[in-house]
Amino acid sequence: MSGAPGAGPLLEVDAISVSFGAVLALNRVSLAIARGEIVAIIGPNGAGKTTLLNVVSGFYHPSEGRILFDGTERTNLRPWEVAALGIARTFQNVALFKGMSVLDNIMTGRLVKMKGSILLEAIYWGPAMKQEMAHRAAVERIIDFLEIEAIRKTPAGRLPYGLQKRVELARALAAEPTLLLLDEPMAGMNVEEKEDMCRFILDVHDEFGTTIALIEHDMSVVMDISDRVVALDYGRKIADGPPHAVRTDRVVLDAYLGVAHA
Amino acid sequence: MSMETLSSGAGVPRAAATPDPDTFPKLVARNAMRLPRKVAIREKDYGIWQSYTWRDYLNEARLIALGLASLGFARGDKTAVVGDNRPPLYWAMLATQALGGVPVPLYQDSIETEMQYILDHAEARVAVVEDQEQVDKILRVKDQCPRLEYVVYDDPRGMRHYKDKGLVSLEELRARGRAFAEDHPGHYEAEVAKGRADDIAIICYTSGTTGQPKGAMLSHGNLIVTAANAIAREGLRASDEVLAYLPMAWVGDHMFSFAQSVVAGFTTNCPESAATVLENLKEIGPTYFFAPPRIWENLLTSVMIRVEDAWAPKRLMVHFFLGVARRVERRRLARRAVPVGDWLLHRLGWLLVYAPLTDNLGLRRIRIGYTAGEAIGPELFEFYRSLGINLKQLYGMTESSALVSIQQDSDVKLDTVGPPLPGVEVRISESGEVLYRSPGVFQGYYKNAEATRETLENGWVHSGDAGVFDTDGHLKIIDRAKDVGRLGDGTIFAPKYLENKLKFSPYIKEAVCVGHGRPFVAALVNIDLQSVGSWAERRNIAYTSYTDLAQKPEVYELVRQEVARVNGTLRDEAPLRGAQIRRFLLLHKELDPDDQEITRTRKVRRGFIAQKYAPLIDALYSDAEHAQVDALVTYEDGRTATVRAQVKIAGAEVFAAEGGR
Repeated sequence: MSGAPGAGPLLEVDAISVSFGAVLALNRVSLAIARGEIVAIIGPNGAGKTTLLNVVSGFYHPSEGRILFDGTERTNLRPWEVAALGIARTFQNVALFKGMSVLDNIMTGRLVKMKGSILLEAIYWGPAMKQEMAHRAAVERIIDFLEIEAIRKTPAGRLPYGLQKRVELARALAAEPTLLLLDEPMAGMNVEEKEDMCRFILDVHDEFGTTIALIEHDMSVVMDISDRVVALDYGRKIADGPPHAVRTDRVVLDAYLGVAHA
Repeated sequence: MSMETLSSGAGVPRAAATPDPDTFPKLVARNAMRLPRKVAIREKDYGIWQSYTWRDYLNEARLIALGLASLGFARGDKTAVVGDNRPPLYWAMLATQALGGVPVPLYQDSIETEMQYILDHAEARVAVVEDQEQVDKILRVKDQCPRLEYVVYDDPRGMRHYKDKGLVSLEELRARGRAFAEDHPGHYEAEVAKGRADDIAIICYTSGTTGQPKGAMLSHGNLIVTAANAIAREGLRASDEVLAYLPMAWVGDHMFSFAQSVVAGFTTNCPESAATVLENLKEIGPTYFFAPPRIWENLLTSVMIRVEDAWAPKRLMVHFFLGVARRVERRRLARRAVPVGDWLLHRLGWLLVYAPLTDNLGLRRIRIGYTAGEAIGPELFEFYRSLGINLKQLYGMTESSALVSIQQDSDVKLDTVGPPLPGVEVRISESGEVLYRSPGVFQGYYKNAEATRETLENGWVHSGDAGVFDTDGHLKIIDRAKDVGRLGDGTIFAPKYLENKLKFSPYIKEAVCVGHGRPFVAALVNIDLQSVGSWAERRNIAYTSYTDLAQKPEVYELVRQEVARVNGTLRDEAPLRGAQIRRFLLLHKELDPDDQEITRTRKVRRGFIAQKYAPLIDALYSDAEHAQVDALVTYEDGRTATVRAQVKIAGAEVFAAEGGR
């Protein structure tokens, strides 16, 4: 059912399964994300949320099922190929280059956009210089957007956790993604930092029209910012719908409140 | 007459001649003609300093003015301006003036209720604001401000889905301005030509320490004459550079970054964000720099922390040469000859310490540095002067168009604010209050005739400050007239004097001394989280929060030593010797303008604190070693919460006159 690019959902995950040894982390999960949507993925610990993100971003390959991006099958791509397609992500445990400045960290996000010969880059001349300046300008717009001017030159490892998360978001944005995958962007933050992050996510969505899939545990955040919620439990999809419907869904409540599973 | 009167330059006519050009829009038009390519204002944006010439300044303001005109803006209408220092906001002020309107700048960190009061009281018809944050605040109070019709915002970020009526982006406003210009050629110039020197140029709401803010009206003439007098006396020129980082709502910023910049043609630099000010200071290296004592303190604290963390030989070298500098400066201030040995060491110190240090702080190019707003601690003042920075004290207030007196380059003293500026007369009333009159004296408080009558008497302004003249004709401000008190035994008690001494310690951020009518002086102290935190880290003292850190016994001991040091300096000052601090406590939270404990310009609100912390103050005068406190805190979004804490009380060493304890 692969339609023409531009029509249909941006991302389609079609009955994928992933297993680690005897553990079935994802069990025939299907999911479609439309262009411009913000979709929250919820579920108890070990439900398979991060695995799902890892499959989409090419870290794992599914044992069955397929993934379509923009209407074309993209099931077994490597992570860098996925990135080149326009999918960027952040990690549950911040994964920044700790010794590098914030600016350089975000600059690495531009790598997928950089072309040109190593030779010209090395002597920093002509088109290479022009390209570098264009990338720097793009990065500065993101720095301005996420209000991190004051830490531009600070080594990422010296920043508090909340700011590291923001820098990670900045790096993901630097790739100008059409689909942004956020793995617990607000974990470990205080209320104020969470509010800031919510605002930034909504601003990104508004400003760049980026489609966003995020994993989040804080239900108030989920209710506030997502258009649709997908709930996973034991590798299966147990609910998919508007936030308020999913929140009151019996099966979801059972999964969270820990009703005995037969 | 029993009153002392002093004016600078005998025979200076009080009502100075009308300046020419007589309004700011006309001055900017003149600058655009005479200095078209001279940079008027810079802003760091996207990591790069973007420059705008005087011609750009005029064109931008004209476009905004025409946009406002297209919305039906009429002469006499008010424009509220809210945001960090940004070129478009300065242009919006000029644009408003060009149309015969009055800009009303508001503090950008005001909470909604404060904002609503001023918007409503000033009858603002348009608000020009920086970004979504300010738009949100204004939209929430717009219903209570019936005269507010339009909200213009500069930064479109996050604004896509706002559909509120009357909301206009600056971009749209400019587009409307362009269209309006086609139908009304010459409109801007014609409106500018109608302006007169005695038109109101700005209404500055003063964040008074008591009651609702009052809107002081200043005319073009007030500001232009005051600016020009200070420019002449201080030798400012078009090549000067100033950093605009203090709130636009404060009259000082308006004087330095707008009025003087326009009159003298020098460049105003807007930092990238509030958090990058120190970095931007270093990049710009201003030649003309104003900072209230609090900023000079922060700068010093940030340096001292880094010095303490440095390699021991370096640290010792810095301390040695700072000691030399202080000795030399003291002799210079006392007008005594500097010994040859110290003179040579001072030259060496310039190479090794002072020059790199001032360069690192961004103060290397300063020709004129000012401090005001509060009395500066003598040690702090000495420190900067000893580094070769021409730091001077000035005195002024909103009602005087920011300036009354400034110290002269060759004649600086630790504890005065210098002689009055040209055209300014100052006298001390019988009760000890400072009175002044000058061409800069304001036109009255907007819609508050009663307050105007109380403050303005036959052209003389009652400053509310207690002061004296010294033998050289320098004005010396002791404290707020109403704050100077006496201890139970009649000893003079000037709280601010003690507080400033306490605050010179890098570990103390804020202090409030009490003692009027009491047997001795006691202090409520705020530790500086940054420096005490780093001190605690070096000693492996674990803490979870400000409150926790403030109550550590080690921190009490640290502050106890600082209090004893202050008491030690009072030993030799005969009238104040009896006012040493005997007991103190460390507050569980920082004093905060949102909780109304200090004003937005960080002046302590004594009455409010005395009331709010009454149980703590009572405990200071009892034998108690602890006190319980319930305090209401207000978050930036206006929510409130109650914090309960147990606060320890400690005693401090006091000193008798030299020779014994």
